[in-house]
Amino acid sequence: MENFYTDNPHLRFHLTHPLMSRIVKLKESDYSQKDKYDFAPLDYEDAIDSYDKIMEIIGEISGEIIAPNAESVDKEGPQLVNNEVRYARGTRENHDALVKAGLVGFSLPREYDGLNMPHVPYVMSGEIVSRADAGFANIWGLQDCAETILEFASDELKAEFLPRFNKGDTAAMDLTEPDAGSDLQAVQLKATYDNHKHCWLLDGVKRFITNGDADISLVLARSEEGTTDARGLSLFVYDRKDKAVSVRRIENKLGIKGSPTCELVFKQAPAKLIGDTKLGLIKYVMSLMNSARLGVGSQSVGLAEAAYREAYKYATEREQFGKSIIKYPAVYEMLTNMKVKIDGMRSLLYETARYVDLYKCYNSASRERKLEADERQEAKHYQRLADMFTPLLKLYSSECCNQIAYDAIQIFGGTGYMKDFPIERIYRDARITTIYEGTSQLQVVAAIRYVGNGGYLSVMRERAGLRVNPELEYLRSSLEKMTEQFARTVEKINEFSDNEYFDFHSRRLVEMAANILIGYLLLFDANRSDEYTMSADIFIRKGRAENVAAVSFINNCHPKEVNDYKL
Amino acid sequence: MRFRIIVLAKQVPDTRNVGKDAMKADGTVNRAALPAIFNPEDLHALEQALSIKDKIPYAEVILLTMGPTRAAEIIREAMYRGADRGFLITDRKFAGSDTLATSYALSLAVKKLTPYHLVISGRQAIDGDTAQVGPQTAEKLGIPQITYAEEILSLDAKKIIVKRRLERGVEVVNSTLPALITVHSSAPPCRQRIGKLLMKYKHARTLTELQNETKDYTELYNERPYLLIEEWSAEDLKADSQSLGLSGSPTKVKKIENVVFQHKESKVLSNSDKDIEKLMQTLISSHIIG
Repeated sequence: MENFYTDNPHLRFHLTHPLMSRIVKLKESDYSQKDKYDFAPLDYEDAIDSYDKIMEIIGEISGEIIAPNAESVDKEGPQLVNNEVRYARGTRENHDALVKAGLVGFSLPREYDGLNMPHVPYVMSGEIVSRADAGFANIWGLQDCAETILEFASDELKAEFLPRFNKGDTAAMDLTEPDAGSDLQAVQLKATYDNHKHCWLLDGVKRFITNGDADISLVLARSEEGTTDARGLSLFVYDRKDKAVSVRRIENKLGIKGSPTCELVFKQAPAKLIGDTKLGLIKYVMSLMNSARLGVGSQSVGLAEAAYREAYKYATEREQFGKSIIKYPAVYEMLTNMKVKIDGMRSLLYETARYVDLYKCYNSASRERKLEADERQEAKHYQRLADMFTPLLKLYSSECCNQIAYDAIQIFGGTGYMKDFPIERIYRDARITTIYEGTSQLQVVAAIRYVGNGGYLSVMRERAGLRVNPELEYLRSSLEKMTEQFARTVEKINEFSDNEYFDFHSRRLVEMAANILIGYLLLFDANRSDEYTMSADIFIRKGRAENVAAVSFINNCHPKEVNDYKL
Repeated sequence: MRFRIIVLAKQVPDTRNVGKDAMKADGTVNRAALPAIFNPEDLHALEQALSIKDKIPYAEVILLTMGPTRAAEIIREAMYRGADRGFLITDRKFAGSDTLATSYALSLAVKKLTPYHLVISGRQAIDGDTAQVGPQTAEKLGIPQITYAEEILSLDAKKIIVKRRLERGVEVVNSTLPALITVHSSAPPCRQRIGKLLMKYKHARTLTELQNETKDYTELYNERPYLLIEEWSAEDLKADSQSLGLSGSPTKVKKIENVVFQHKESKVLSNSDKDIEKLMQTLISSHIIG
């Protein structure tokens, strides 16, 4: 019996992080639902035990069903039959297993037939499913849409749509159009209110829509005629039962082939408005995108884990020149670097998920009662941390998962280039993670704000002041030095007061910040368990060397030299 | 009246992934070295019962198992998948039971659950591999038995039609109810544990288990009596002590040898008296029995 949860003790380590007790207490409104629902937790230990057991089911379905199906799903892919998307056989089987286990609607409140899981276990489920099949993880992860409905839609819409998730309805978020990719302000799909039918009607084309033929779709559309920017966009929910959208084609992709990417044509498609008009992009989609970025983070960690395991296994079995190749420095260094990066990206993933949990828990509590002043401050604090860490996570984890998949193929040598092992699929699947839900370049744009305004620096300095076990003190002090080096470098760039120069170095600065912040996370992981000391040590030493290299490059690249790069 | 389905299941050592320490020096199974699991074919049996319950809402699925305290785990496992409740037959007096003594105890427990409509079990357990307990239980209950079941083709309050998976093909048979069927591994695998049921039933415990718990949830069991798994002793079953455990088990292990399989052959015999006579002679002359 393969179980992708129980065979990976790192997951339980993050599931039982000390901050969880606050998250669970808030999420469960102080364990007040136990009298109303027979499956609600009685106390903190009970809740964590339930999460653990639910993860075991996810791990079992992933190991026993989703992973064995991944190869055939990749080959077969979805088909367009009579204007409908038909999933590959394995995809249907995967989805059925999760629906029958009652796991869809994972984080929805119990009143909507959900399991009321916090983000940490939800993100973990995404990591586990992604390790089995990253393409299928999109179909699982699109239940994020339920959260947008929960947070922003009317009670009437909530009652209509939310209970459908647990019954197995799938979801999609229809944002991108041929001329509106990274720049969603340019969305043109038209929404007009029909006074006779008393509903909104959608007309236009959406492109690159993951799971485009889903049962429930969130659609970004222009409701304000004559506008051209974000303020004219609203968010709608479209029900597939209305059969007013045709699937023009399913894209033929490099990877994540099991996940249908569709071009959709809306013709007088009836739809219901979510929340208020004009807030579609500015508020609702921004929130949805943050969840989706967390989702790509979990997908990246899952893919990296899969790649590492494949490479490690092969390296121990494959013999050349009379010994297994893992004995050679060139190979074991690659594998150890993979492992260290995975520990780092995973720590960043769950740290970010905890911040999201905390501020969202406060937000949802605020819908029921007035928050105390200190609670409001906490909510704000964690929302800011979530905003700071999300682009860092998306950038770092997606880039690392690509490097790890690349190195994994390298370890397989020629064999890895063949279709005989899953590693070539993992490599293809990984490629999308730096692109969708905001490219790496756009994550840098989102993250650089916190380099400029000192956000990251204040987090680093606060962490430098925390105490660690004496034997880890050298790592803390190393990070402290890196922090001050980072501060000086930012200061120096700012002295030029040249925006283009700042932008030119922005990725380097964000990556320096990532090295330091993840370094601190691993240091605290090591402080909690010896298991992470080796990773913290290697990560921080490598990060320090990388940061020195970045500083050296920046110091030798003055504003006028930026011109040399212009084509 | 509810349509009552009783599933007979066994907790077994996981013999599918045996290591070097799987057997003790004296030739008995080293249970400590092997994880205890739900006997695989009994899971197929449970699935058959649960899929009947999917179709007949008034059906009730009861899991019955005999074993030590820890065997309550498979009752919980069954409840996570949709079984309504379970009973643990447990008593030191049952220790050392062979298939005859086991089927005696099980048949008493099934009788205690009268009126029942169907008894379903796996074809055989992976520790003993005898495939005898199901048929013997049916005999003791005096009800028809259908072994090697692969699919239930139709079912109503009085009759069942079953497809059997045999070595050389399939056979479709019907029977009146109540009946006992044993399920073959070619039947569909059991469904996954269901999230909400798992969270609902994870605190289900026998009284014996509760006595060893560190945390006091007494109030919980008062509020939710369905969380208490009932234990049945030999006395509860009004069992004749001579028919139980070692004294009720004519099977005696004389010697255990390690064998390395070299050939895999089988002989097919008809159920004529002549063939059975021939088989008996072969078995006696080769000292397999006698």
